[in-house]
Amino acid sequence: MIEEIIISGFGGQGVLSMGKILAYSGLMQGQEVSWMPSYGPEQRGGTANVTVILSDERISSPVLNAYNTAIVLNQPSLDRFEKLVKPGGTLIFDGNGLRKLPTRTDINIYRIDATEYAYANNAAKIMNMIILGGLLKVRPIVKIENVLKGLKKSLPSRHHHLLPLNEKAIYTGMDLIKKIN
Amino acid sequence: MNISDIINPANLVYQKTKVMNDTPMHYCPGCSHGVVHKLIGEIIEEMDIQDKTIGIAPVGCAVLAYNFIDIDWQQAAHGRAPALATAVKRLLPDRYVFTYQGDGDLAAIGTAETIHACNRGENITIIFINNGIYGMTGGQMAPTTLKGMKSSTSPHGREVPINGYPLNISNLLAQMEGVCYVTRQSVHTMGSVRKAKKAIQKGFENSMLNKGTSIIEIVSTCSAGWKMTPAESNNWMVENMFPEYPMGDLKNI
Amino acid sequence: MNQHKKEITLLKGNEAVAHAAIRCGCDGYFGYPITPQSEILETLTELEPWKTTGMVVLQAESEVASINMVYGAAGCGKRAMTTSSSPGISLMLEGISYLAGAQLPCVIVNVMRGGPGLGTIQPSQADYFQAVKGGGHGDYKMITLAPASVQEMADFTVLAFDLAFKYLTPTMILADGIIGQMMEKVVLPPYQPRRTEDEIKKECPWATLGKPADRKPNVINSLRLEAADMEKLNLLLQSRYREIEKEEVRFEEFDCEDADYIIVAFGICARICQKTVQLARAEGIKVGLIRPITLFPFPTKQINRYADRVKGMLTVEMNAGQMVEDVRLAVNGKTIVEYYGRMGGIVPAPDEVLIALKTKFSNIES
Repeated sequence: MIEEIIISGFGGQGVLSMGKILAYSGLMQGQEVSWMPSYGPEQRGGTANVTVILSDERISSPVLNAYNTAIVLNQPSLDRFEKLVKPGGTLIFDGNGLRKLPTRTDINIYRIDATEYAYANNAAKIMNMIILGGLLKVRPIVKIENVLKGLKKSLPSRHHHLLPLNEKAIYTGMDLIKKIN
Repeated sequence: MNISDIINPANLVYQKTKVMNDTPMHYCPGCSHGVVHKLIGEIIEEMDIQDKTIGIAPVGCAVLAYNFIDIDWQQAAHGRAPALATAVKRLLPDRYVFTYQGDGDLAAIGTAETIHACNRGENITIIFINNGIYGMTGGQMAPTTLKGMKSSTSPHGREVPINGYPLNISNLLAQMEGVCYVTRQSVHTMGSVRKAKKAIQKGFENSMLNKGTSIIEIVSTCSAGWKMTPAESNNWMVENMFPEYPMGDLKNI
Repeated sequence: MNQHKKEITLLKGNEAVAHAAIRCGCDGYFGYPITPQSEILETLTELEPWKTTGMVVLQAESEVASINMVYGAAGCGKRAMTTSSSPGISLMLEGISYLAGAQLPCVIVNVMRGGPGLGTIQPSQADYFQAVKGGGHGDYKMITLAPASVQEMADFTVLAFDLAFKYLTPTMILADGIIGQMMEKVVLPPYQPRRTEDEIKKECPWATLGKPADRKPNVINSLRLEAADMEKLNLLLQSRYREIEKEEVRFEEFDCEDADYIIVAFGICARICQKTVQLARAEGIKVGLIRPITLFPFPTKQINRYADRVKGMLTVEMNAGQMVEDVRLAVNGKTIVEYYGRMGGIVPAPDEVLIALKTKFSNIES
């Protein structure tokens, strides 16, 4: 099994940390993992993205330009990565602020309005966990227990009291995600 | 009285310090470096710290200082002696670590290293030879060259609109919180040599007291670069250098 | 057997360097922040090794000061290192030349970014020439290790110190922005204590630790005013470089035995090209990969071995074609050596390399 994922959105949407949690989850279930971020000023407001690979075997290239799964959280990310999803692959987008929706018919497209939900419920900080929940509903690549273990490992212990909130967000995401094609 | 009576050890009034070896010095007649070297050697012998002292030699006339003073030395790239000394002292805090630098080394190319070592309050001793000229490379203008002073790159005299002002770096360093001792000395008379020796010794002692950086500036002559006899150089220094770089302590805490 | 449990962690390449440095008994780190490698200094200051192993960590005022602090520390026989990225390494070259001339061991990590000039903070391999052809003034070489994974960032930090002290030479880890920034699984090296002063005196009798009565002064120095002495030092250095070329070549091969075409790539490009090899073989094109691990010494003989057997070689580099010159020297005209690369921080993708291979060798048949 090899899962090649791109996560892309505005800096501050939790793109890099979502990728990190995924990578830690893979680590917890004994997989090979790589996490390769775009780095630099885009972390502070521009469009940031991260490539995460989870694999049962040694990972060759951490650099890809075709993905099993793309998670896109803004228009520039959708425009850039929709075309790079492999046929039969998965595209997950947040509908907030999109002017142009995805159009491909040879991939599975899901919508998750996590931004809208997060604003309505004053939960911006767990938005990325909601999206991660959505991903796991449609692509159960890691077990939720391993996500929680990974989260515990990647979070400083002073934040560990937030773990139940994050777990709840995963289930919220599972409810929110909708297939649209 | 024959000659063997005269050289009887009982009659000994002066002896070269054993920390200085017998290598003939390459310094020009009248140069201040030899005297300052001797003072450092004497202090190391008197403090009995030959096995605990590491010197950092500069690029400049004193680049070969390690040929004359028998201690462990590192020879630094031009201006970088305080960076070397920082690392040596941090890794060997129970050693006496000093740099020996000229005005071009310390106050031009190495200004950043000098200021930041002092700003961190490194527990090192900086011996700063200021003769207002680049001696080693043949008498070019230094940051400390006086207004109107001739050098091979200011042959008509230093002109402020072109070359800026003489840089009084010791005054600058005395402002810094990391610095505990700044003094300006000379070695052109017996009295001044004695005072300079006390100052250098104080710098060495400070480096073990965790007080910060000590800077001993020695206003010096360069008779070859200044194109004067040694005696003329001493007079010229007193008349021209001392008003710009006055003798005495600038800071002593 | 060491008693340390094999602990697998997920770390950035930069973080792995910091952890490995502490664990392998590094005495002093001196550095200046620059993207994309600042996490090394950040991790070290977070971990505060001066409270545990006694390692000194100091943020210097510049790269110039950093490398000269390394010189001072190395002159005392201490295990000293610095890290930077391309523009900062350019600033260090004077110091590196002095270290080479003074025969001082130290470790320098270059997490390369695109240039020339201020360039970009995006990944690059454009400092290959600078690292392996000297860079600074005078005839000198540095052992240059090119990691291709986070694990190797940790392992090579340890190896680089060992090689530096074995051959009394500055040793460089030539990484790039991706290797520095990406996270992978890594098993950190076991803790080794820092050497005691007695151990240093034994291993490094030249170290300036203070002159006892029973030996001559030690002088750390690269100055030789007499031409004959200077030539003698040069001959000594060159003989050491020949020994390094004989003993320390490291490389890795993938699928070369039956290959019609061989890709030669180092660092992150070698990882990318491993996937290219898979893609090519899926199409029935027999492609192999040679990954030089040491860039100096370069695996010249190992590449030459395939020169008669393949239809061509392709170097893939994130620069304008630098290592290609060494591969051409290695095959010495026996086969065609082409280059494909991207510059300015663009990273080639595996399928892009395959297209390049097919374009360069238009006679390719699957």
